[in-house]
Amino acid sequence: MAFDDFINQFWPSTVDGLALGAIYALVALGYTMVYGVLRLINFAHADIFMVGTFAALWTVQTLGVNSAGGLGLIGLAVLMSVVAGLVSGGGAMLLEVLAYRPLRKKGASRLAALISAIGASILIQQLFGTVIIRWVFGTSKEGGKLPLNEHFVDRSTVIDLGPIEVSNDKLIVFVGAVLMMVALDQFVNRTKLGRGIRSTAQDPETAVLMGVNIDRVVSVTFLVGGVMAGVAAALYFLRFEQAWYLTGFLLGIKAFTAAVLGGIGNLRGALVGGFSLGLFEMYGASLFGSQWRDVVAFSVLILVLMFRPTGILGESLQRARA
Amino acid sequence: MERLGTLRRNKMRVTVAAAASAVLALGLVACSDDGGSGGGGGDEVTIGFMGDLTGENSGLVIPPKQGAELAFEQYNATNPKVKIKFKTYDSQGKPEQATTLVQGAIKQDKIAGLIGPAFSGESQSANPILDEAKVPSVTPSATQITLAEKGWKYWHRVVADDAVQSAGVGEFALRALKAKKVFTVSDNQEYGKGLADNVGNAVKPKGVQVQSDAVDDKATDYSSTVNKIVQFKPELVYFGGYYAVAGRLFKQLKEAGYTGKMMSGDGSLATGLIEGAGEKNAQGALLSCGCLIDAEGKTNEKAKKFATDYKTKFGSEVAIYSTEGFDAATAFIEAVKAGKTSTEDINTFLKTLSFQGVGKPIKFDDKGELAAQDIFVYEVKGNKLPLLGSSKDAQVS
Repeated sequence: MAFDDFINQFWPSTVDGLALGAIYALVALGYTMVYGVLRLINFAHADIFMVGTFAALWTVQTLGVNSAGGLGLIGLAVLMSVVAGLVSGGGAMLLEVLAYRPLRKKGASRLAALISAIGASILIQQLFGTVIIRWVFGTSKEGGKLPLNEHFVDRSTVIDLGPIEVSNDKLIVFVGAVLMMVALDQFVNRTKLGRGIRSTAQDPETAVLMGVNIDRVVSVTFLVGGVMAGVAAALYFLRFEQAWYLTGFLLGIKAFTAAVLGGIGNLRGALVGGFSLGLFEMYGASLFGSQWRDVVAFSVLILVLMFRPTGILGESLQRARA
Repeated sequence: MERLGTLRRNKMRVTVAAAASAVLALGLVACSDDGGSGGGGGDEVTIGFMGDLTGENSGLVIPPKQGAELAFEQYNATNPKVKIKFKTYDSQGKPEQATTLVQGAIKQDKIAGLIGPAFSGESQSANPILDEAKVPSVTPSATQITLAEKGWKYWHRVVADDAVQSAGVGEFALRALKAKKVFTVSDNQEYGKGLADNVGNAVKPKGVQVQSDAVDDKATDYSSTVNKIVQFKPELVYFGGYYAVAGRLFKQLKEAGYTGKMMSGDGSLATGLIEGAGEKNAQGALLSCGCLIDAEGKTNEKAKKFATDYKTKFGSEVAIYSTEGFDAATAFIEAVKAGKTSTEDINTFLKTLSFQGVGKPIKFDDKGELAAQDIFVYEVKGNKLPLLGSSKDAQVS
């Protein structure tokens, strides 16, 4: 235990925790939405995120940017988000049609869909590691399995309040993620499609009776979740400037954890869960050392689930509100 | 270059396949042979090379393989009485694969000696078999300390171990960097943690303040470690682990405004480090290694000739452990030149061997370790990793 470290690193930890948590939260939204509608843990969602990081890399390479700062960086972030969002969103829809819809039509058990999710996850990873990265980026066979780097961000401190220093990339990640979450919240609560999603989550059979097209709702859910993952991937790429075919694995577990922590099936829960997990990791690391950061984060998860089995905000909010 | 590499490997696979079928045929003929003496008499002996030639760490193993290949080619070109056949075994760095391959190498190919295995893990499982069959081995790159303590009589290495590396780094930090505070980071794996901890232990008794932390090699965000370092303000950050992680860590450190020196070990001595960190962030980063990569002939004139020959043959600069691969091969060549062709004779010969290699003076002690234990320091300049000097006298700007 190192309380003085914790106190001295409190503000940098908070800033980094929020920047990391914002990405967890965006990815967690995809898990939570699919779970809300289909009661399925879409494990391949993490790989949809990975696909997005490569789309962001492709954007930067195609534009040939090698040093972006200020407004240019914001513009680039928007552009990368659009490209990555489209690629990931499309990928997620395709994934649903290929891996989940046939099972759903046949009335297969939820367990079968779960296995299909794990299989799809591994398939996407290996396709990228062995073939796709090689084709798109022209690397050698072995090179496709190594992380690809592209250095293009011109970092500077944009907020300086004594102990609190925020660099431009972290600010863009945080603001971009929050904007996306607000937009999603409005979409689900205000639009007709959003109402369809909510009604399917609440009671699929009655929703069908009321004229909701379930297939369409499921497709839209995957699309929206995929777009969120794509934007998260673009922001992640902006912050770390690296794309790797196995990125999704650890990040996916964390984002899924964030979804459970906040209350799976609950959109606002994903947000709370993402930010709390990012902060717990950072505070835990400064207290006990970085090798303990995941241990601390998961211990907190277990503690929360012991006292609130449905997560911080609970599954019920979605049920009631949805 | 990449293309060429693939082509070469493909060709090699074909050769291996051809050799394998030839071996099968030979095996049938040689059934009556008791297989005890090995080494094959007559006018040709086979020397093997084992390591990860196609796996994810093959970047560390192809250079020594090429070094050895060059040595044997130059030797065979002199039309000696006994030629040397060079045969490679791709273990992919996996201990279980190495075990199977080494048995085939001994029984069917009757190798007279083995260069490798390249990594410490596979050495631990392959060397007991080599020792039992009394086949000598010289590894160019396995640096784990405990390998020398197993009591193997047929095992040698042409590189200093991790303990020597840590001590060399400690000495360098005190002398050249005048460090008062050192922060060590590791990837929490056996090799990386051992190296980082030992660097800390080497400087602690000299009154240096040491702090340490660990990062997850599968994660990308190292900000909690970076925050600790920025707050501690050390003159040196030493990372124990491999280049992919080192690149990420060094990048995030520089971006957080860290201005002291960053250093890592032989696992990070690859241009992948510069790609990962970004050229600007990587400038001035230091690397320590028991290996010598000396393209300009700073240490001895043989090194310069070797670097030129290597570039002519393979179209790439000398890289990590290529010097050691060449020197390991030369040790076997010297034995064959002296008329030793059986495994026992070669092993006895290696005990008395002493020559100046293209890197270091090669002379083994009774454990099989090099008598001269030097650690070299490299510094990132542009997109290259030129030699700065030996850890005993290298100066930083």
